[in-house]
Amino acid sequence: MPANRLDLHIPEPSARPGDQPRFAGLHLSAPGEIRRPDSLADEAEMRDLPYGLVRVLDDDGNAVGPWAPVVAPEVLLKGLRTMMTVRAVDDRLFRAHRQGKTSFYMKSAGEEAVGVAQSLALGATDMCFPTYRMLGWLLARDYPLVDFANQVFSNEQDPLKGRQLPVLMSARAYGFYSLSGNLGSRYGHAVGWAMASAYRHDDGIAIAHVGEGTTAEGNFHEALTFASTYRAPCILCVTNNQWAISTFSGMAAGNAETFAIKAIAYGIPGLRVDGNDFLAVWAATRWAAERARANLGPTLIELFTYRQEGHSTSDDPGRYRPAREADAWPLGDPVERLKHHLISTGAWDEARHAALAGEITETVKSAVKEAEAVGTLGQSKPPVGEMFEDVFAQADWRVIEQRRELGA
Amino acid sequence: MPTMTMIQALNSALDVKLSQDPDVLIFGEDVGYFGGVFRVTDGLQKKHGLKRCFDTPISEGGIIATAIGMGAYGLRPVAEIQFADYILPAFDQLISEAARLRYRSGGQFWAPITVRAPYGGGIFGGQTHSQSPEAIFAHVTGLKTVIPSNPYDAKGLLIAAIECDDPVIFLEPKRLYNGPFYGRPDQAAKTWAGDPTAEVPEGHYSVPLGKAAIVREGRDVTVLAYGTMVHVAKAGIEEAGVDAELIDLRSIVPLDIDTIVASVAKTGRCVILHEASRYAGFGAELSALVQERCFWALKSPIARVAGWDTPYPHAFEWDYFPGPARLAKALRGVMEDS
Repeated sequence: MPANRLDLHIPEPSARPGDQPRFAGLHLSAPGEIRRPDSLADEAEMRDLPYGLVRVLDDDGNAVGPWAPVVAPEVLLKGLRTMMTVRAVDDRLFRAHRQGKTSFYMKSAGEEAVGVAQSLALGATDMCFPTYRMLGWLLARDYPLVDFANQVFSNEQDPLKGRQLPVLMSARAYGFYSLSGNLGSRYGHAVGWAMASAYRHDDGIAIAHVGEGTTAEGNFHEALTFASTYRAPCILCVTNNQWAISTFSGMAAGNAETFAIKAIAYGIPGLRVDGNDFLAVWAATRWAAERARANLGPTLIELFTYRQEGHSTSDDPGRYRPAREADAWPLGDPVERLKHHLISTGAWDEARHAALAGEITETVKSAVKEAEAVGTLGQSKPPVGEMFEDVFAQADWRVIEQRRELGA
Repeated sequence: MPTMTMIQALNSALDVKLSQDPDVLIFGEDVGYFGGVFRVTDGLQKKHGLKRCFDTPISEGGIIATAIGMGAYGLRPVAEIQFADYILPAFDQLISEAARLRYRSGGQFWAPITVRAPYGGGIFGGQTHSQSPEAIFAHVTGLKTVIPSNPYDAKGLLIAAIECDDPVIFLEPKRLYNGPFYGRPDQAAKTWAGDPTAEVPEGHYSVPLGKAAIVREGRDVTVLAYGTMVHVAKAGIEEAGVDAELIDLRSIVPLDIDTIVASVAKTGRCVILHEASRYAGFGAELSALVQERCFWALKSPIARVAGWDTPYPHAFEWDYFPGPARLAKALRGVMEDS
């Protein structure tokens, strides 16, 4: 083709089924390599950060470099236990879907450190505006497993009264805002929430998440604009797990080197963080929270991770990416890495880990069985009259008449 | 009692709520220092401070998303969308979020927000400053939609909207901002001076959402209208010389179905008038409801008078706009049919 002719570019991932896994252009920094400016420093002095990758845990399980946080071993053990619980709940409920006990499920596999570390790093008055891979946030705050299973089964004890797809939770008392299936549509709510907290001179901040694919949505950019303009006390996260269903991250990134660099255009700090490194996630979240609480406004954090399994129960990743790509992910597995770290510091050992794993399996099994005893999807449901409630604060005549028409 | 234009009445409602309730915040494009392109928020920032009434980026989706987050937190934000025609980028926020938040969260979160938007035609605003999208909102379960027709109602309904715990779309007929409009563009524009509905109390009062007003009692035919069309209906009824009962719906969600049914049961005829395009317009729902509930009382087919099913045309504004002559023709028609 002559050089002066236009040609359309359609980007493609570096590997497809049948290929060897190959991660091109990941821009990985070494553990401990990235500098840590003071959390109250001027944004203009930290525009190098979103090009790097904040990592704390090295390959030997040591916490290294300026971002290595001081975290009590009990908190890390709680983190480990919670991540293991998330994985056990996911496995059990995914199987429940395969057994026809519910309509849908979404796992957090590979991304457990994000929800768990951030939940533990932030306070009770902070509100999370999550994605659907944030079960860890809830479980880190001891959300009852049986309530979650009841929601997944949409049964009579479903805390959301049978109205919402499994996993799309709401739990105000646990700092967990209402999920919906529309992508990115709550990102701006986090900004409004944070602005309201600032307006009232309260102490809570907001933290919100989208996947990397959703950064292409208008509401991502709208929220960043508002957050920057009004210096909203919030942490805006992009969980980059490489895959938006079957679409690779390059489709949303275009020619941009990272997602964190979008912060630069909005005049706010951007951090790019190893999302499989519990300590790095914890440290970056605390850093951004300190800034927000000091009235310095929002931070954009890209949490660099990998979606180990399918998008949902309706997905088969074997059809669009190499079969062993998850195993080849260069930043490992968040559970294994935190376990390794705790063992290397002497706070943990293989025997206790095996015992804990067994205990968690039993706890999860027992909670899910308790929910199954209430009923799985279709066997049990809340009173059908609930369908007509909460449309408005007070039902109008349409709802009243239609409820009567249904005989509910 | 002071006389107010609709703009002044709306401004007064906002002023009252800002004074009474620290949870009320007002924001939108150009609403702060400048006071809004139609002056509805004039002076409010100066009086109540920067944090109570402020400008936003040009981002309707962002404005509504921010309002929902604030509302969920516990504030009562009042967002202005500069023209109802510009509300479309915020549709996902209004439909998927504001309207559904209470329901999907099992009552844990809700969005007590008011979204004000100047709407409707009659000002030579062309396609993007003239539309009437109320039927789209009416179809969305979980939103309330309010449309005042005069200064007194505008203030009382806006206060009720702000105090409501549900999301409310508050559509302000911009052709009525400075005076009533009878659909006769060749006549000199009238002001609100001397109109009894322009006598507006300074302080707090509210007009309940979901309660229609019988503007004119009559025996022979019921005319259902709202917004600018209430005034066009008065002119059309006069032109037709029929004894019509004119009902100003004031809000289409919630709808005052009892007042409508009682009237049509009495008159046996019904003509529906709205500015929006006819096909699947709110008149279609009104027509279905009247048919379902008043069929045996009807003496003639229900008639709809509405904008044509075209985009809003600039040069043909008065050919498109359903004026009094078209209503009069429909009124004569339903009288002749029976």
